[in-house]
Amino acid sequence: MTTNVDKTNGGPSNGANKASGPADANPVAKDAVTVVDPRLLVRQEGFKGYLTEFGRKMRSGDLGVVPVIVGIAIIWAVFQAKDSAFLSPKNLSDLSILLGGTGMISVGIVFVLLLGEIDLSVGSVSGLAAATLAVLNVNHGVPEGIAVIAALASGAALGAVHGFFFAKIGVPAFVVTLAGLLAWNGLMLQVLGTTGTISIADDSFVRDLTAHYFSQLIAAYGAATVATAGFFLAQFLDSRRRKAVGIPSRPLSEILVRTGVLAVIVYAAAWRLNEYKGLPLALVIFVAVLVILDFVVRRTSYGRKVIALGGSVEAARRAGINVVAIRISVYSLAGLMAAFGGIMIASRIGSASQQAGTGNLLMEAIAAAVIGGTSLFGGRGSVWSALLGMLVIGSISSGMNLLGVANSVQYMITGGVLLAAVVIDSVSRRTQRSAGRG
Amino acid sequence: MAIVPNGPVLALRGISKRFGAVQALTDIHLEVHAGEVVALVGDNGAGKSTLVKSIAGVGPADEGVIEWQGKPVQVTRPHDAQELGIATVYQDLALCDNIDVVGNLFLGREILRAGVLDEVEMERRSRELLQTLSIRIPSVRIPIASLSGGQRQTVAIARSMLGEPKLVILDEPTAALGVEQTAQVLDLVERLRDRGLAVILISHNMADVKAVADRVAVLRLGRNNGIFDVKTTSQEEIISAITGATDNAVTRRKARSGEVAK
Repeated sequence: MTTNVDKTNGGPSNGANKASGPADANPVAKDAVTVVDPRLLVRQEGFKGYLTEFGRKMRSGDLGVVPVIVGIAIIWAVFQAKDSAFLSPKNLSDLSILLGGTGMISVGIVFVLLLGEIDLSVGSVSGLAAATLAVLNVNHGVPEGIAVIAALASGAALGAVHGFFFAKIGVPAFVVTLAGLLAWNGLMLQVLGTTGTISIADDSFVRDLTAHYFSQLIAAYGAATVATAGFFLAQFLDSRRRKAVGIPSRPLSEILVRTGVLAVIVYAAAWRLNEYKGLPLALVIFVAVLVILDFVVRRTSYGRKVIALGGSVEAARRAGINVVAIRISVYSLAGLMAAFGGIMIASRIGSASQQAGTGNLLMEAIAAAVIGGTSLFGGRGSVWSALLGMLVIGSISSGMNLLGVANSVQYMITGGVLLAAVVIDSVSRRTQRSAGRG
Repeated sequence: MAIVPNGPVLALRGISKRFGAVQALTDIHLEVHAGEVVALVGDNGAGKSTLVKSIAGVGPADEGVIEWQGKPVQVTRPHDAQELGIATVYQDLALCDNIDVVGNLFLGREILRAGVLDEVEMERRSRELLQTLSIRIPSVRIPIASLSGGQRQTVAIARSMLGEPKLVILDEPTAALGVEQTAQVLDLVERLRDRGLAVILISHNMADVKAVADRVAVLRLGRNNGIFDVKTTSQEEIISAITGATDNAVTRRKARSGEVAK
């Protein structure tokens, strides 16, 4: 989906280059020359062009986020029809808090998938981080802030260890992280010791991570306004700068439409959340992490290097990219995000237990990234797929719990959704290849 | 482009290279001038790639002197060659399929603005570069995967131009291309020459060599086997120098006169 975003960023390309004509006759004439191939289907300027382009992309298999959005809409419609409590403020608010824990882990997975690798250890790392936090804070009386930092640092360090064995020693990532899955789970049990479950005090800062709500009406609406205005400004300024230097820019009408869509979503969310207890802190943290890491992937040279590695390791190496350092850093980031997710989950549950980080947590985190549209084959994806994928998975489990469906059925249905997502991904890639957008 | 009026941009004097028991290169001499395309031809295993690697700093020579603009230089790392202004486009183009043209052109040397990728400036510079080279690409914002082989080759060559090189080495740029695409790449080679660059073109295709090269340096079994002026030499003569089929007085004299010309 990152590539998708990039495409839409640059896709509008060629409107400005209307001057073609005598390019062949006089290749050195300054302004008359155009880089644009005359066979290119030039997109018209303005809103109509946007629609045509959108239609063409759909037909050529460049589906982007459309399948996920449609999926979420269907899931919500079905559950709402079955039980009107599904879209109730309380349920949506709970869902938004639920996203944060596994979603955080999934964000780390997105980075690893962008490299074209896999990390199976994130579940165990998240459990170990939660145990570290609880043991330090509750059993040894270490101040909460320091315990949280220690837990996060341990996650980053464990991730770096995986990265080291994978990137420097050359052990396949699958095996390294599988070893991590077992070893760190064992270490967590050891750290927890005989106590088994350690409860986190209700009035603690860690508990507040998922229990605090900004209850003033203005908080949610203010956040929505900031998001909308920020999005519009960023797009508008970029478009203006492009226009100033004479390269194709996105027309104002398109920016307005995009901003409008975003505004509808965020204001609707703000309204629903305000109906309950207000804007949950957990959601704010999750979205902030998404925004920051999305920026890192798309707009920094670090992110560009990660994506380049997912495309071609050899090309990246020849371009002077330090392959080993990037790989280790990505695994370290995955460990850090896993630890963050583990803390969020412990905060929501109110304890660190022997079950933390086990079960289907790992599978959900990977499934969310893939359902959200990040490719398993590297180099294509977006940080936002963690949010979209978690929305799908979270909605299904939340809805089923409302309907009182057994866990067994839930797993089967989530498995089916994952398969459907991968099938859509594979089919759309095949269509893309035949449409020449490989 | 600064054109050095006199003397070659690059001169190889007595380059030799051994791999274990194999003498890959023996006493190779080669000169390349600014605004000149020198084709480097020879059979498989003749030492073309080894020679190029010694110039590009990938596999330094054991003996001999590399002179750059008249001064002897040490080229022991790829970085050294880039510093001097030698750009090499290898056969496997080393582009990232999933990244767009702009991203590939600037991969590893992204332009930053306040620590953030400056996509606008990179796109502007990419368009400028592609325009000056008259390279036609559907859009600079589509992934490399959707370009044809010839377009990819031109992007790879364009990328080598970003470092403002004085010498461009192209390793079999037309090997896997169709007729039209080959024509595009050869046009581009001519434009590089017109801009005053020195070009070393490795090729197996005699038609390509005849079309764009000014001189042809033939390697045979790791030795110079003649340097020919393309205009005055027939294709048969070059081929026989490559294969060693007609090692007669005529080719020997030609080879000698080629060396004397230096």
